[in-house]
Amino acid sequence: MRRKFSIKKITLLLFLVSFVAVSQHHGDEAGHKEATTQGTSEDAQKKSIKDYINHHLLDSYDFGLYSYTNDEGEKVHVGFPLPVILWDDGLKVFSSSKFHHGEEVAKVGDNYYKMYHNKIYKTDAEGTLNFEEGDHEHPTNVKPLDFSITKNVVFIFLVSLLMFIVFSRMAKSYKKNPMPKGAGRFLEPIILFIRDDIAIPNIGKKHYKKYMGFLLTVFFFIWIINLLGLTPLGVNVTNNIAVTFALALITYLITTFTANKNYWGHIFWMPGVPWPMKIILAPIELLGTIIKPFSLMIRLYANITAGHIVLMSIIGLMFLFKNWLGSSLSFGLAFALALLELLVAALQAYIFTMLSALYFGSAVEEHHDH
Amino acid sequence: MEKLISEFSFGLFFWQLFLFVGLVLLLWKFAWKPILEAVNSREDGIKDALASAENAKKEMQNLQADNEKLLKEARAEREAMLKEAREIKEKMIADAKEEAQAQAGKMIAQAEESIRSEKQAALAELKNQVATISVEIAEKVVHGELEDKKKQLSLVDKMLNDVTLN
Amino acid sequence: MTGLNFIGAGLIVIGAGLGIGKIGGSAMDAIARQPEASGKIQTAMLIAAALIEGIGFAALFAA
Repeated sequence: MRRKFSIKKITLLLFLVSFVAVSQHHGDEAGHKEATTQGTSEDAQKKSIKDYINHHLLDSYDFGLYSYTNDEGEKVHVGFPLPVILWDDGLKVFSSSKFHHGEEVAKVGDNYYKMYHNKIYKTDAEGTLNFEEGDHEHPTNVKPLDFSITKNVVFIFLVSLLMFIVFSRMAKSYKKNPMPKGAGRFLEPIILFIRDDIAIPNIGKKHYKKYMGFLLTVFFFIWIINLLGLTPLGVNVTNNIAVTFALALITYLITTFTANKNYWGHIFWMPGVPWPMKIILAPIELLGTIIKPFSLMIRLYANITAGHIVLMSIIGLMFLFKNWLGSSLSFGLAFALALLELLVAALQAYIFTMLSALYFGSAVEEHHDH
Repeated sequence: MEKLISEFSFGLFFWQLFLFVGLVLLLWKFAWKPILEAVNSREDGIKDALASAENAKKEMQNLQADNEKLLKEARAEREAMLKEAREIKEKMIADAKEEAQAQAGKMIAQAEESIRSEKQAALAELKNQVATISVEIAEKVVHGELEDKKKQLSLVDKMLNDVTLN
Repeated sequence: MTGLNFIGAGLIVIGAGLGIGKIGGSAMDAIARQPEASGKIQTAMLIAAALIEGIGFAALFAA
């Protein structure tokens, strides 16, 4: 009973935080507007919106809820710092507040680190960054191995925790009662859908069970994290290529390590074609095994990134239009797009799961004559 | 492509891989396996229940057919019994009638017999009495008549005539 | 960066768009013809669309 109560409290808290974040986001945008009307041109406003979108799409070392420019013209960040973990001749753990949002050099032991374009570089005490001729994006300074708990890592952890709590409670409720209860009523049809419409038709009744853990987890993980990316908290996890790469890598590894003789036979010695073709097909098929998970990675990344860029650009347009018609039109468009993004969030999770199941199915397919 | 590679963050990759694999394993142990098992056993239970309901229905139908058969047999039996009873009844009535008739006939015959014997006896007695009375009368007459010779003779004559007539 | 690569990417995206449109249209026809097989058709449609989409993204990121 107590536990139930505490979970409700957490949910309530999350809701409150997201609402606070909504209002603050609003304030943030207003801040931008104010800053630009203080005697700067429209170009500056466009640039600030572009910067804001870029910033939103990137991971960050602190959990920034919002930032604004106050009346004195200083940039104020509201949020809390997260631990930075570096491996640079030994483990270095320090708070990201040492960077002061990239404005200062962090001194840890005898080493100095500077944040530049959201990456940490090793520098000297002054924080000098060396660039190659004509390049201002990629400093040549040493990059230490970075295992920092960034905003996205925090969110991955929170979503994992949420999923674990919800689904293990659901599992427990089955022990008392064969019918699902509470959230289970909503989640059980989805689980059954993944089993009956994704796993069994693509993998087959004989082998599907061993893949269910991955398929169910990946579906709910991508779905929930996509949906949370649409909340005003705006933490986009799946628009990081590293995250989708990790997911696709797991699919690739599972496919490769559970594949049977028939699968490898189809790759290296395609049956039913003349032998010169077999030699030509082998490298193509081998490349195909890598392209398949690669396309999974790119698809998820690109869909979420593109969706967010378009949605935020249209929200940004609201502030660029200085008349009531344009702003309200772009508001309507943004609303419609947000609804579309809700669909995309689920669709991408479905497609990722579906295609993973398809690849697993081809890996365990029994031999049959063509 | 370059943008993607430069954007790639090894730390995030590491954490995602680590946390996600952990999540898959934990959820498999604590959530998916028990949920799928529970759902499977529930589905099997429903399937079994449906099958047993079907069986029960079939059994019920069999029973009903049996019942009908039994009922039919019982009805036939009852019919047969009734028929037999009716036959017996009719036979009994017929028998009784016959017997009664026979009895009645016998009684009538007896009565007739007794009536005849009674009549005979009565006639015999009557004859005796008549004879006695006649003798007495004759005695008296003879006694009277014998007082007069002539009358005696004529009487004898007459009597003789009578006798021959008789 | 002459801009030609962007034109090429644009061409590929147009091609991919046409392809996905054709798949969607054919799937609609197929579902109209055989509504009972709509589940299988949807699955096949999504897979084919996803493969073309993959080519499109590859082109976009190569550009």
